[in-house]
Amino acid sequence: MNKISIGVLAVGSTLLSSIAAYAQTEVHFWHAFTGRLGELVAAQVEDFNASQNQYNVVQSHKGNYSETLNAGIAAFRAGEQPQILMVFEVGTATMMAAKGATRPVHEVMAASGTKFDQDAYIGAVKGYYTSTDGDMLSLPFNASTPVLWVNRDAFEAAGVDPDTDLSTWQNVDKTLTALKAGGSGCPLVTAWQSWIHLENFSAYHDVPFASKDNGFAGLDTKLQVNGEAQVAHLNAMGQWAKDGKFIYTGRRNEGGANFRSGECALFTESSAGYAGIKSEAKFAFDVRPLPYWEGVGNGPQNTIIGGASLWVMEGHEDDEYKGAGEFLSFLSSSDVQAKWHQDTGYLPITAEASAATKASGFYEENVGTEVAVIQMTAKAPTANSNGLRLGSFDQIRGIIDEELEAIWAGDKSAQEAMDSVVERGNPLLRRFEQANR
Amino acid sequence: MEKRVTFKGWLLPLLLIAPQVLVSAIFFFYPAGQAVWQSLFVQDPFGLSMQYVGLGNFEYLLSDPYYRASFLTTGLFSLLVTLVSMIPALFLAVVADRLIKGAGAYRTMLIWPYAVAPAIAGVLWLFMFNTRVGVVSWYLGTLGYDWNHVLNGSEAMGLVVVSSAWGRISYNFLFFFAALQSVPKSIIEAAAIDGARFWKRFWTIIVPLLSPTTFFLLVVNLVYAFFETFGVIHTITAGGPQQSTTILVYKVFSDGFVGQDLGSSAAQSVILLFVVGALTVFQFKFVERRVHY
Repeated sequence: MNKISIGVLAVGSTLLSSIAAYAQTEVHFWHAFTGRLGELVAAQVEDFNASQNQYNVVQSHKGNYSETLNAGIAAFRAGEQPQILMVFEVGTATMMAAKGATRPVHEVMAASGTKFDQDAYIGAVKGYYTSTDGDMLSLPFNASTPVLWVNRDAFEAAGVDPDTDLSTWQNVDKTLTALKAGGSGCPLVTAWQSWIHLENFSAYHDVPFASKDNGFAGLDTKLQVNGEAQVAHLNAMGQWAKDGKFIYTGRRNEGGANFRSGECALFTESSAGYAGIKSEAKFAFDVRPLPYWEGVGNGPQNTIIGGASLWVMEGHEDDEYKGAGEFLSFLSSSDVQAKWHQDTGYLPITAEASAATKASGFYEENVGTEVAVIQMTAKAPTANSNGLRLGSFDQIRGIIDEELEAIWAGDKSAQEAMDSVVERGNPLLRRFEQANR
Repeated sequence: MEKRVTFKGWLLPLLLIAPQVLVSAIFFFYPAGQAVWQSLFVQDPFGLSMQYVGLGNFEYLLSDPYYRASFLTTGLFSLLVTLVSMIPALFLAVVADRLIKGAGAYRTMLIWPYAVAPAIAGVLWLFMFNTRVGVVSWYLGTLGYDWNHVLNGSEAMGLVVVSSAWGRISYNFLFFFAALQSVPKSIIEAAAIDGARFWKRFWTIIVPLLSPTTFFLLVVNLVYAFFETFGVIHTITAGGPQQSTTILVYKVFSDGFVGQDLGSSAAQSVILLFVVGALTVFQFKFVERRVHY
């Protein structure tokens, strides 16, 4: 009798607990973060789950950015897609064109009934992910922008004043010459060459990267990277590469190792490089705004972002969308955003989070962390500096990388290389247009 | 007349080959059929819309000079990988075969690299040859050679060839070693008594007797170089600098899984299917004639 009642109790309690678990709506969230960033994302999810008992967000890591996007696409084809998928900025056009696979964030927010004010988000950050009508299609999550990192010790070793003005490329040019003459083996190194020296370069100087407002106004866009401003910049960089003033280390952020080890004096890299540089660099360093060419285009305009945004996928139940909306609203809240910004060096996505960070005195304690925010928000974005919305952009970046390598190796002039980018890239844009007709 | 063992009836033989046929059908014919089907369409990544383009994907590919150049790159790469993985393997096998003591230990150690996964092998080589912090490139630097495979196409090609071939040396070694053991000692001894030196014996006796194994390895290594090396290329060069290490199968991968262009990717795999088919027919028709079983 006793045994039986225990058994009944056990069965009963299992049933009850499963009912309790069942009452919570599960919302799946696939992301691309590992290491420290992975831990921070997991902590955000735990905080959200602890803050209410209606929804349970389940986060899973699906590989790097490309792999996460692939996993999401494959899952959609199999009918197993998550509610929320992290997609890097390069995949934005792919997601936007996929009507029927995604549900715009502004709709999700409206339906979930949470407070959602699109104007609260920083223009230059949300612009990348907003339709031409001003509606937010995906929620900016981690956004960064390129800045100039300075190794002060390397400057002093080469006998160059580390406080010298580096706001224009004209000044940087002179400084590179002085560094080289002072014995520096690596005056300048870069990460993400296409993102920094072409995509951001174009936005920063307010010159078009592609027609149709960089693809925002339609799929029938054409590349315009062979413009006068871009070619002049790459010519200068090609000359620096030839003179040993600019050292090329690879297509991704390989250059970071060279800078953090103290070998290189200047480094153009994402503002999100902050955590890594701060923990590894055994030298005094500075963050400066990305340089611009004086007298070229309308520089300095604003730079554009890199990073990822969160997309809500189609094909789920209403209460799951409500949960997704609640979670995205939680992520946008001022406290969560301010903490994220301070922990990672990514930009805050709302003006409120930015102000809260400023008020906390964080910028005074961590000098240079505000540079990226100012650089992004100092001017209202123009049609050339909202961002890029080009299909097959991962492949186009690959082509740009190849052609830039041809310049650095001295095989092609900057004009030839950029003409070739246009010639090779446009057919990819036409294919994307055809596939999404 | 030739003597044959035959089955009575059809049921049992069909039943016996059924598992193999089933496996081939599910894992080879069905996906290959899908690739042929998909190569006729342009579709968006999510499969929301598909447009029939006939041979449009093939036209698009073959009119691209970079795609055509990739055939040459692939030919060069496969040839080099095959040579670099077979010649040292044969040399090591011959040397190990002559060992009297400790042959087992040498054999075991020579097989080790085969156990390393291609992507990991790629990363190992990448670290050794890293242009700024690599051990090998540092030593080359002290010798006055400026190693820079991120900008120099020939160096990049050399690096991916060596990384791809390295693990295969072990595999080839195993086969050569086994084949050498089956070369009758009596023939070699007879030749030695007749006054043939080692190299004479090697060229006139051992090499012809090894030819079935060599032929088998030639086919297998070419197929390996064509299809299984993209992990190494992905980790070391990602097809660069410029397009100097973009081989056909890497382009299939990057267009399909990075670029999300399934139509073009499928068309490329169909082309690859024909290339390898033609190559295999060629090998069996012409090269095999010179093989003595």
